[in-house]
Amino acid sequence: MRKGYFGEFGGQFVPELLMPPLLELEEALSEIVETPAFQDELTGYLQDYVGRPSPITFCRNLSARLGLDLWLKREDLNHTGAHKVNNTIGQALLTKRMGKSTLLAETGAGMHGVATATAAALLGLKCVVYMGAVDVERQNVNVRRMELLGAEVVAVQSGTRTLKDAINEALRRWIADQADTHYCFGTAAGPHPFPLLVRNFQAVISREARQQFLEKNAALPDVVVACVGGGSNAIGMFHHFVPDESVRIVGVEAAGTGEPGCYHSAPLNLGTNGVLHGMKSKLLQTPEGQILPSHSVSAGLDYPGVGPEHAMLHGQGRAHYGTCNDAQALEAFQTLSRTEGIIPALESSHALGWVMENARELRGKSVLVCLSGRGDKDMGIVEEYL
Amino acid sequence: MNVPADKLTRRIAEAAAKGRPALVPFLPAGYPHKDTFWQALVGLDTKGAAVIEIGMPFSDPVADGPVVERASLKALAEGVNLEWILTELQKREFRAGLVLMGYLNPVMQYGLERFAEDAAQAGVGGVILADLPYEEAGEVRAALDARGIALIPLVGLNTSAGRMALYAKEARGFAYFVSVLGTTGARDQLPGQVRSQLELAREVFDVPLALGFGLRHPDQLRKLAGLVDAAVFGSALIEHLDQGGTVGEFMDQWK
Repeated sequence: MRKGYFGEFGGQFVPELLMPPLLELEEALSEIVETPAFQDELTGYLQDYVGRPSPITFCRNLSARLGLDLWLKREDLNHTGAHKVNNTIGQALLTKRMGKSTLLAETGAGMHGVATATAAALLGLKCVVYMGAVDVERQNVNVRRMELLGAEVVAVQSGTRTLKDAINEALRRWIADQADTHYCFGTAAGPHPFPLLVRNFQAVISREARQQFLEKNAALPDVVVACVGGGSNAIGMFHHFVPDESVRIVGVEAAGTGEPGCYHSAPLNLGTNGVLHGMKSKLLQTPEGQILPSHSVSAGLDYPGVGPEHAMLHGQGRAHYGTCNDAQALEAFQTLSRTEGIIPALESSHALGWVMENARELRGKSVLVCLSGRGDKDMGIVEEYL
Repeated sequence: MNVPADKLTRRIAEAAAKGRPALVPFLPAGYPHKDTFWQALVGLDTKGAAVIEIGMPFSDPVADGPVVERASLKALAEGVNLEWILTELQKREFRAGLVLMGYLNPVMQYGLERFAEDAAQAGVGGVILADLPYEEAGEVRAALDARGIALIPLVGLNTSAGRMALYAKEARGFAYFVSVLGTTGARDQLPGQVRSQLELAREVFDVPLALGFGLRHPDQLRKLAGLVDAAVFGSALIEHLDQGGTVGEFMDQWK
């Protein structure tokens, strides 16, 4: 396989001016991240600060209603309320060891921004977060959290003013400030080595979940499910299950309103091969190669591309990628809240929504869902829709 | 044989023979408007441009600053696409060498072989793809090389001698030196390390060197006399047109 590629996807499609920091990061991946000393330090922070291992929870009430065994991997219980912190603590520690002073990040829903600002505060780093102006509006609580943590939040006014434009601006800033700044990319996408680096930090999800499930059930789950935007919680949830051929792996993309011709966020299901944000992957684009706006009720899934490893798993058929629309996700959001007393993030609600929608076919199976985050941040949006 | 890339080198050399850097204006295709763009291009051609860079608009131009980005999005909104650019170019002839500048994705969707073929038919001598570093460029370079079109390398303040040498081995037409660690857009001052990096680039590249990405005043070039064969200006030209200026006035101040 070519360096930095997952099958035909991945690569490093960036301006030459960004190659030196990417090459520096590649070197840091092998010379710092993969050393026992670094891994020990990271494990310490994940345990004592993040609160890992996160448990897996059996959903008694909802399982009975759906006629299947529903388990949740509780990333919502992490410090900061989502899986994002697994990655930001790792990248912040790496930034310190690389001798840089500033963390730069993009954010959609604001969860990665909050997790980056948190890691920066903990480790004494400066933090700058780029966020689309539309997202600043719809995720205002997270903007206030980031500012409280000491981060500078920059509202991006260009293009569609969402996550994709925030990534463009962050990449531009990184070109200028690469000497003292690390770009703490939030998802397992972008130019090599980010898809690999982020997956390595998020793989802790399936490393724990696989073992926990085996301990409680003396068997592997029949189905593993996670929502896919850029795809970091999903690739983390899938990684250690990929070699288990008996386990069906399902990623769930956001179908938007689900009406014909509407904007959505499902590039694996409805996109075509192209190049954006440094990677070759599946994209939502016009036949002329212009990137299309995406839509989802959940800001964290609202992205017209997807990580290259998902594009590969999709192409190989090792993982199956379904969809869940806004209404189904909102239904799942309420159902889990009322039956189990767990308010899920709207992103994670897409994974649950897919399970509920396909419950008949999944009857009698054990289904392990990655509950990637908690839903407090979504109260405003949900109240607007319901 | 008439190799399109050689026209770029020749035009730059002609200007250098007059003792000044060759002028290389950049204008996004379809700017200021779809119907006035070609007129502006003719103006640049008759006012002494050695090479004209035509921007191929892309929705997500990460190497560009706000001025070029805004102009590109406006061109897209007016329906500018590669097919229009290449079809219209084929109807026209220019004294200046022609370079298409943009990003990989629209070219990939157009079809690499089809793009190379149509660009050759349109008299294009060089192509710059801002998001295509050396490691990923093999396939594109092969398609362009087969038609005598140069894939123009971009190097800058943080490009090592080793990486410059990689680009230099394959370079034809000219090499583009990015004067700032940043995006396109005019700056009042260029960073201090420009001189020493340009000296390095001079040693490594056999093809002429064009300086771009931050130029606002002709004075900025005077200080670098002898190190630069050509000067590229994009944002400064766009700003000039936005303020109601003409292409002719703009070119005159740089001569």
